[in-house]
Formats: sequence, structure tokens, C-alpha cells
Amino acid sequence: MLGPFLETLIGGLLTGVLYSLVALGFVLIFKASGVFNFAQGAMVLFAALTLARLTGEIDGREVHLANFVVAAAILGTALAFIAWYAWREFVARGGGPAEGQRMAILAAVGALIGGAVAWFYGKGAWPLWVALPATAAIMGVLAYAIERLVLRHLVNQEGIILFMATLGIAYFLDGFGQTLWGSDIYKINLGLPKDPIFLFENVFPGGLLVEPGDLVAALIAGLLVVVLAIFFQKTRIGRALRAVADDHAAAQSVGIPLNTIWLIVWTVSGFVALAAGVIWGAKLGVQFSISLIALKALPVLILGGFTSVPGAIVGGLIIGAGEKLSEVFLAPILVKQFDLAGGGIENWFAYMLALIFLLFRPQGLFGERIIERV
Amino acid sequence: MLYREAGQFKTTYGADQQIFPILQDRLFVLAVILAAFLVVPLFASQYLYTEILIPFLILSLAAIGLNILVGYCGQVSLGTGGFMAVGAYAAYNLWLRVPELNNLVVVFLFGGLMSAAVGILFGLPSLRIKGFYLAVATLASQFFLDWLFARVKWLTNYTPSGSVAVGETSAFGWKIDTPAERYLFILAFVVVATLVAKNLVRGHIGRSWMAIRDMDIAAEIIGFQPLRTKLSAFAVSSFFIGIAGAMWGFLRLGSWEPLAFDINRSFQILFMVIIGGLGSLLGSFLGAAFIVLTPIVLNQMPGWLGVKLSTAMISHLEFMVFGAMIVFFLIVEPHGLARLWSIAKEKLRLWPFPH
Repeated sequence: MLGPFLETLIGGLLTGVLYSLVALGFVLIFKASGVFNFAQGAMVLFAALTLARLTGEIDGREVHLANFVVAAAILGTALAFIAWYAWREFVARGGGPAEGQRMAILAAVGALIGGAVAWFYGKGAWPLWVALPATAAIMGVLAYAIERLVLRHLVNQEGIILFMATLGIAYFLDGFGQTLWGSDIYKINLGLPKDPIFLFENVFPGGLLVEPGDLVAALIAGLLVVVLAIFFQKTRIGRALRAVADDHAAAQSVGIPLNTIWLIVWTVSGFVALAAGVIWGAKLGVQFSISLIALKALPVLILGGFTSVPGAIVGGLIIGAGEKLSEVFLAPILVKQFDLAGGGIENWFAYMLALIFLLFRPQGLFGERIIERV
Repeated sequence: MLYREAGQFKTTYGADQQIFPILQDRLFVLAVILAAFLVVPLFASQYLYTEILIPFLILSLAAIGLNILVGYCGQVSLGTGGFMAVGAYAAYNLWLRVPELNNLVVVFLFGGLMSAAVGILFGLPSLRIKGFYLAVATLASQFFLDWLFARVKWLTNYTPSGSVAVGETSAFGWKIDTPAERYLFILAFVVVATLVAKNLVRGHIGRSWMAIRDMDIAAEIIGFQPLRTKLSAFAVSSFFIGIAGAMWGFLRLGSWEPLAFDINRSFQILFMVIIGGLGSLLGSFLGAAFIVLTPIVLNQMPGWLGVKLSTAMISHLEFMVFGAMIVFFLIVEPHGLARLWSIAKEKLRLWPFPH
């Protein structure tokens, strides 16, 4: 009994790490801007799709070439719009070293990158070490576009309006990613060993089965958390981010530029989305359903607290383990007892688990205590 | 509007408390309702009924329900689809198991009541948690209810995959069969429900919801019980949503499976409420119209423009344009279409002599 239990537990914990990764992206943005970013799942999908298509085989290219042309046209229009807007702003400010100038340059750079992507895309698959930075750059551009075109116009709106806007962004990104890169199932090949590893073979009969991919994922996630922790605690920008998280107005009054901070936060969570996308993509293949893991990450969030990075990690582990254990051990009992048409309780079990936690700690496990005054 | 209240003196309290205190407003609303009942059936085609009018009316009702909870009481809910499913399956089970009672009005009200009961149950966490924590917690109800109807065989009468179908339906001996009849039946239901909702939100209970929404601690101090207020909002909201769900199953789909009420439905209705305008019944209708019409227009657009695209491509582009439009609307008018309407009305009061 102990053997299967431990095996399920380890499998659950390793899946939980992936949930943590997605939840981490949520937490970063919520902490720094109070935006409940539902588009995180769509960002994961977009990053994974981009990487998969850049590194992938080019079979079926003709089919996607038409898509690509349309998408390039849309992208071009958007960039042209940004450039025009930037130029207007530039002129309006009397031609000083305004942000408009920076934007025009950025738009030009974006167009160049777009062109380069288009050029190389036609040539064939990219090696991973080229595609990974390119995807990261694309995520950065995306973060900039979101900040510039959406968030900046919604400053001081209520939380629900911002949440709705990110839902809109999620829809847009889902459509955009699939328009740009096609909607088949793609593979990301990280060159990892596929054969399962057996641990503790001398302790349990048959040992414990562990996928090496999961282990690597856990390693990457752990590394990412350490890097983020250092970034938040030790660097100047990290300090600014924490200041903004504490109090927007106070941070602004001591001269921290909010827009820049938001841009950084969205970029970082874009990178986190890329990491999550790569790992999920390598594990399950890149397809539309990846964007649904945002829904899996939500119970992790409320369990760990919206504002806590360690909460996202611990919450992810609890949810991952609870989900798998419930599916393996609780579901058969339920099915037998109530004559159900199958288990599948992992879809809601995580939510119920989180809900029960919340009844005792409304701010989540590690969330900051919510103090309300009239 | 082009008219104003000048010269309309009210001499009784009753006249002062009317829903539409201005005569012209009353006449206009009456004309719209009459037109919907009498003029629309004269020219409407099958397509107009089944693809536009019926979905619009049913989803408006659901949006009104959600608006009561989110717009008036301030409790964000992402579980609308689940409550619609409760209404639909409860109505189905009553219709199936009590065949003598083949009366849609009773069946729908039963669906609404069951949904209200489930709503109260899942509203309980709202007493403890707030804001986005609550929004995510309501997702628990969505996923749990989805699962319940997919797995518990009794609820779906032991059909495989949980898909159920309804046969003949009637109300008070009136057989509701053709799209026109369905439309009229739904319209009558929606008109009555809207009237009820309107009176609820301007009465004592509606004011207590709004007090809780604006600041719950302050509301508690001046004497509104959070327990009763929040749970009543959940109950009333789920009641409307449950009726809408039963209608959607019985009169729009005819046969359905749990997937018809999945999380995308919840988001769709939340979009209607936000785009239409939080805390506005008119907004619920405007939002529903917008969300129902937009995909249809987007779907036809390539055909009108003479561009040939694959269906997958069209659906991806639809996603994109839909998402972009939502963001655009939120930026231009975060208070929704209802606010645009009232701005237009204010402007028209002074038109054509603004000063």
C-alpha cells in the first residue's frame, strides 16, 4: 500500500510544481499591479506555441503559410498603429526626447524582429538555443503591448474591470497564437530521456516510478523560484517592485515609475509563462488545452494567497498531491458508493480543498492579513 | 430624451413611485413590449427566432440574474454556468418523473427554485471570503456541478454521456412547439421576470444589496445582516439564472449535455453583465444583445467581404476580434453600454439648444 501511495504522492507533487509555475505568474502580476491576470494561461499557450513552431519540424508549412501571412498583416497593422501613435505623441511634445521616440524605435525593432522571424521561419527549424531567447523577446514585446495598449488606459479602474480586460486579452491571445502558429498539436523536444526511473527498488517491490521529465521540471521550477527570490530581495528593481506592491501611490511619490514597473512585471511573468509552457509542452504536447491550466492554477492561488510567492509554491504542491491522491484513492470509493459514471473528481477536488482552507484562513495560507476599515 | 418631466405633476405617492415616472418613458417601454409581442411575429423568420431572438432573451434573463449578484450586491461569481445547469437538470427531472405535470411554467419555476437552493449553499463562503478569493471560490461550484451532472447517472436518467432530450412541452394546455411559440413564451417569461427584478432592486431588499456592495462593514453597522442580505442575493440571482438555464435547455437546445453549461457559459454571461453595465437591468439586455450578435456578425464577415478562410481560421480570428473588442469597450466605457445610453439621454435633454 505504501508503495503506490508514495508513487502517487510523488507524481502529484511533481505535477503540483507545474501548477506552481503558472500560479507564480499570477502572483507576480497581482502583487505589483493588483491585476488578477486571467491571461496567464493564454500567455503560457502563446509562449509554448511560439517555441514549438520556431524549433519544430516544418511539415505542413504550406497550410500554415496562409495563416502566417494574415497574422503578419495584422501584426504589421498593429505595429504601424503603434508607430503612428508614437509619432503623434512625439510631435505633440515638441519633439523632445519623449517616450514617443522610444516607442517609435521599439516599433521599428519589433517590425525588424517580426521580419527576421518571418524570414527564418521560412528557412526551417531553429535550434533551441536560438529559439528560446527569441521567444523570450517575443514575450517581452507582448508584455509591452499589453501595458501600453491596455493597462495604461485602465489605471484606477476597479479590480473587476481589469480582470475582465485580462479575460479579453486571454481571448485575443488564444486566437492570435493559433492564427499565427496554427492549431495542431506540436511537440517540444528538449532532448530529455524518456524512460521512467525506478527509485528505492530495494525498499519497495518494483520501486517507485518517476518520469525524468517531471524531475527536470521540478528542478527548473525550483531554480526559477530561487532566481525570482533573489531578484525580489536583492536587486534595486526588486526593491522597487516590492514598494509598488505595498502601496502604489507611496511608491509613485518617491519616484518609482509605475508604468516601467508594470512592464517589468509583465515581462517577468511572460518568462515564467514561457518556462511553464516549455515544460508542459514537452510533457503533453503543445495544444489549445494548455491555456486551460490557468484554471488549475487558480485553487493554488487562493490556497497560497494571491500575494505570496512561497504560497504559490506550497499551494501548488498541496493541490498537486491532493488532486492525484484523491483521484487514485477517493474516487473509486465514491464511484462504488454512489454508482457514478466514472471518477474525474480531480477537476473540482482542488477547488473544494482550497475552499475548506479558505474558511479558516480567508487570505490564504501565506497571504497578507486583510484588514478592513470603514 | 427629447422630452422632459416639466408639467407632469404627481399628486399621489403611488404616482411618485412608479418605475417610469415620465409619461413618455412609460409609453416608449409599452410600445417596445407590444412591438415585441405583436410586430416581431409578423416578419420574423425561423433563423431570426432560433439564432438571435431566443438566445438573446434567455441570456438576458441569465444576465439579469448575474447582475443582481455582481452589479447590485457586489459578489463576483464565476459559477453562472453551473447554476444554469442546475435549473436545466432540475426542470428536466421534474418533467421526466412527473409526466402528469407537463406544464412548462411549473417546470421552469421548479428549476429556478432548485437553483436558488444550490445558490444559497454555494453562497455560504461569501460570508467569510471576499473579492477575487470569492470569485475563484465560486469556480468550485462551477466545476463541482459540471462534474455532478456528468457523473451521477440518476440525474440524467441513466443516459450515456449525460446527454438528455426533452420531447413535447406545453403550458396550461398550450403546446409550445414552433419557434414563434417558443419566442412568445420566453418573451412573456422574461417580461414578467424583468418586472420582478426591477421592483426587487428598487425596494428595501435591493437597497440592502447595494449597501453591502458599497461597503459591507458599514452596511452591517447600520443594521443590514450580511448573512441574510448576501444569501438572498445569491438565492434571487440563482433563481433567475436557473430559470434561464431551464429555458436554454428546453426551448433553445431541446437536447443537451453538461458541456452546454460549462465555464465558457459563465464567462459569456459575465461579459454581458460587464459590457452591458454593472447594476443596470437595461445593461443586461444591451450586453446580451452585444454578446449574442457579435459572434454572428464576425462569423458572417469574411463571407460579406468575399474573403475565403478555413473554418478553423475564422474561429481563431473570431477569438481575436472578440477579445480585442472587449478590451476596447472596457477602455472606452468601463461602465458599460448602459452608461452610454444614459449619457446620450442626458445630451438629448438639452438638444438642440445645449446652452
